[in-house]
Amino acid sequence: MVSAVRLRLLKLSMSMGLSVLNVKLLRDLWRLLGQALAIAAVVAAGVALLVATYGCLASLQLSKDAFYERYRFADVWASVKRAPNSLMEKLQNIPGIATVETRIVVDVTLDIAGMAEPARGRMISIPEGATPLLNGIELREGRLVELGRPSEVIVSESFVRAHGLTLGDSISANINGKKRTLDIVGIGLTPEYVYALAAGQIMPDDKRFGVMWMGREALAAAFDLDEAFNNVTATLLHGAVEADVLQRLDTILKPYGGVGAYGRKDQISDFFLTNELAQLASSGAIAPPIFLAVAAFLLNIVITRLVSTEREQIGLLKAFGYTDWDVGVQYMKLVATVVGLGLALGLWGGVVFGESMTDMYTQYFKFPLLAYSVNPTVFAVAALVSILAGVIGGLSAVRQAIGLSPAVAMAPPVPTTFKRTRFTHLLTRFRISQPTRMIFRHVTRWPARTAMTVAGISFSVALLIASMFFLDSVGKVIAVYFYQSERQTMTVTFVEPRGAGVEEEILRMPGVLATQPVRSVAAKLHHGPHTKRTGVNGLVMNADLNRLLGSDEKPLDPPIGGIALAEHIADELHVKVGDVITIEVLQERRPVVDVPVTQIVKQYLGFSTFMHIDEINRMMNEGPTVTGIHLLADANHVDELYTKLKNTPLVAGVALVEAALKSFQETLEGTMYVMIGFYVGFSSLIAFGVAYNSARIALSERARALASLRVLGFTREEVAYILLGELGVQTLLALPVGCLFGVGLAYAMSPMLKTDMYDFPMVINDATYGVSVLAVLVSSVVCALLVRRRVYGLDLVSVLKTRE
Amino acid sequence: MSLARPSPAAPHPETFRAVGLTKTYPGETPVHALRGVNLEMYEGELVVLLGPSGSGKSTLLNILGGLDQPTSGQFFFRGRNVTAMGPRELTLYRRDNVGFVFQFYNLIPSLTARENVALVTEIATNPMTPDEALTMVGLGHRLDHFPAQLSGGEQQRVAIARAIAKRPSVLLCDEPTGALDSKTGIVVLQAIVRANQELGTTTAVITHNAVMASMADRVMRFADGQIVSIERNAKKLRPEELTW
Repeated sequence: MVSAVRLRLLKLSMSMGLSVLNVKLLRDLWRLLGQALAIAAVVAAGVALLVATYGCLASLQLSKDAFYERYRFADVWASVKRAPNSLMEKLQNIPGIATVETRIVVDVTLDIAGMAEPARGRMISIPEGATPLLNGIELREGRLVELGRPSEVIVSESFVRAHGLTLGDSISANINGKKRTLDIVGIGLTPEYVYALAAGQIMPDDKRFGVMWMGREALAAAFDLDEAFNNVTATLLHGAVEADVLQRLDTILKPYGGVGAYGRKDQISDFFLTNELAQLASSGAIAPPIFLAVAAFLLNIVITRLVSTEREQIGLLKAFGYTDWDVGVQYMKLVATVVGLGLALGLWGGVVFGESMTDMYTQYFKFPLLAYSVNPTVFAVAALVSILAGVIGGLSAVRQAIGLSPAVAMAPPVPTTFKRTRFTHLLTRFRISQPTRMIFRHVTRWPARTAMTVAGISFSVALLIASMFFLDSVGKVIAVYFYQSERQTMTVTFVEPRGAGVEEEILRMPGVLATQPVRSVAAKLHHGPHTKRTGVNGLVMNADLNRLLGSDEKPLDPPIGGIALAEHIADELHVKVGDVITIEVLQERRPVVDVPVTQIVKQYLGFSTFMHIDEINRMMNEGPTVTGIHLLADANHVDELYTKLKNTPLVAGVALVEAALKSFQETLEGTMYVMIGFYVGFSSLIAFGVAYNSARIALSERARALASLRVLGFTREEVAYILLGELGVQTLLALPVGCLFGVGLAYAMSPMLKTDMYDFPMVINDATYGVSVLAVLVSSVVCALLVRRRVYGLDLVSVLKTRE
Repeated sequence: MSLARPSPAAPHPETFRAVGLTKTYPGETPVHALRGVNLEMYEGELVVLLGPSGSGKSTLLNILGGLDQPTSGQFFFRGRNVTAMGPRELTLYRRDNVGFVFQFYNLIPSLTARENVALVTEIATNPMTPDEALTMVGLGHRLDHFPAQLSGGEQQRVAIARAIAKRPSVLLCDEPTGALDSKTGIVVLQAIVRANQELGTTTAVITHNAVMASMADRVMRFADGQIVSIERNAKKLRPEELTW
């Protein structure tokens, strides 16, 4: 069948008036089809990753910029306890501010039908019957809230969808201690919550956190904020210095309980979005070049080999009067065809992959419109770099073809010289069969080639390890963070700090087994020129629910007479144990105190700082005070507890550890697994491409010797053993090398595990090595089976007659 | 044990018997490589197959050696029907009974002379040692040289040592001197004749060099896919008596 196809192909090409050289090109391609496809696949993988990653990046960037601009995303924010509206004029006069808007922002608990536990709602005031000046709302459905209808709200789209709510439905909310029913009149999106994360959450959870916009008058009435506000947002003039504006804002708001102004880099949604874009860009800069480099490497070995087997033909062509240029072009065309095929496949694959990647992002980043758009620049860059890979890969081989003089080329090739080396001499000491001896001779005869193949295969092992160790790292974080550190069932936070007696009240609630007080204050830490905005958490001795862990993962007691910092924060502030830092508390009486750093602790998630709870209270000049309670609940009574909490005034929110773990895992499944799946597939492809090309070249070089062995009475299996034994030795050498290389690559990629939000540990489980090694073994075996078929098909008769 | 063979005039057991062998290569213009070949070869005799290129002699040798199957006709090795054998049996047939010598030696470049011979002795049932085989072809002093370190004649003699080391029943030589000058060619022929005489191996030598006919017991002339004549030499010449 194949030969019939081949015949037809050739007849077709002849009838199309192709030149003889082009017919030869087609024949060469047909002969090298398997290898050409393997290389094209690697090119395609690189191009696809590039097109998908940068296309997705461009789409995200475009959506972000358009959304931010159209809906006037603010540049700075500040919260206060309560400031009079009359302050507005002062705010407007701050040099550098373009537009300023005051509003009311409060957190409430929501009671959603069908969900036992309370959800958290962030209520934001908007002018009745109008859209806000800044941080506008894209109305997806419905209308704005109207004056005189205090129960009307616009709700964030993701929350509405997560609960299957629609316009006209209502939500029960605990607003300032009163049960209120809110009617959904609009569904919207805002640039302020593209990535909607509630305080204390580590991953977005659409079911448990929603944003709601309510009329300013209605919200002010509910929270006793008539003629007052508790939140300011502003845009800056072009060229304004953000730090100056923030400082002036702080100065103006300080007397009213200002909690410190901040810019976009501390705005949670923008922070995550910016971080994600940066990560996407860096992964786009790492992976595609790797694939294209491998493709160039494969092209190089295949074309070099082709040129050396065709030296007589090249000499003949030149003897007939073809120019060096004609011959060079001939081989470059071969390279171009392979790269062109890879490029075409890669562009197509990249669009498909890019679409699914963009889809994935729409689950976490809420944009009005986020669609993967085919980006001509990205396409052009992909084409350029793959052509570059082709040129790099093909150039030396083509130059070799050009450089061959006709006379030299026509002479029979010099037979390969084998010499006894110390290693091969060693072989003779053992009783090793001749076939095995052949395997070792070949492996050692071309050390550079062996090294290249070993490098290629070990590289794919390394890439597998480096893609999969992220899961080990996450596994470690889950084990430590969720099972060693955050051992409470939930954390209840209050609208305002409460007397410590509230812990007793909570302990008496149904199903509560144990409690632990939470005391945290917002603060700015200063050390020399370095400043960090963070929370300071108060801990009790012998805490059993929420524990501070040492580097050995054993629980630590809070420091006495000092502060413990997460390593990440210590690095940002450039402090070590023993240094003294200044704590500028941003709330209540705003004390400023100097404390020594007594401990630096390793934290994987949600970096924080810790003091003894009594010392915080002393610093704040307050009696025993709490801002929340960690509690352990009996699973059988948890629903009763939820009901009780939903109806408890002053509960601002309930954070469930199990829900956090679940959303953490779901997010990872949605994002990491997809990416890792692709990388694993691509890495196996590299292993296959390298192994297949190496074995095919070995076969073409030794077809004659192997066929001779068949003639001498060796079975097909025995002959296949000689050829594939070499691949086996190379693969076995590559596995440990690849594991070592993988550790190195994982270290090189470990900065990707570190952001301002998390600092994942560098952990590689034994299973990761195992799976990587197994995947490459399987890949090698598959290619061995393919090549074995060719060994079985060796033509015994023709080989006797001809020299190569 | 006497290694010298009695006169081939006496009837000997048959090694090969071929009946009506044809071989046609299909295609738009089918090529008839063999058009009904009948022949017998006897134990211990040395036969030279003589004919121009394309006359079908290599095709016949390939079929006798179990490398190829005829399109029709049958051929027997010591009474066993080789044409009925499958690929696996053919491999064993070659392994146990046939020694091949090729025009281009076909040595394994990565193995030394001794190891090239050992390649075959390792899978044979009653082989001589590689050293014995190489000594027999006069290369006892070049055991540890790689093919690239040997001359063409030496390489061909290693190939003969490799072919005879397993004490094959038949030795099939396809243009064994085709790539060599006459002086070197004669040394190679001496090695072949020695193996034929000392081991009693039925030997077939393909050549288009008519001079070599004089060293055979019988000469089969090929033309156009058929045997056109079979002659018995009354007096065999020794290789060193040949000139071309």
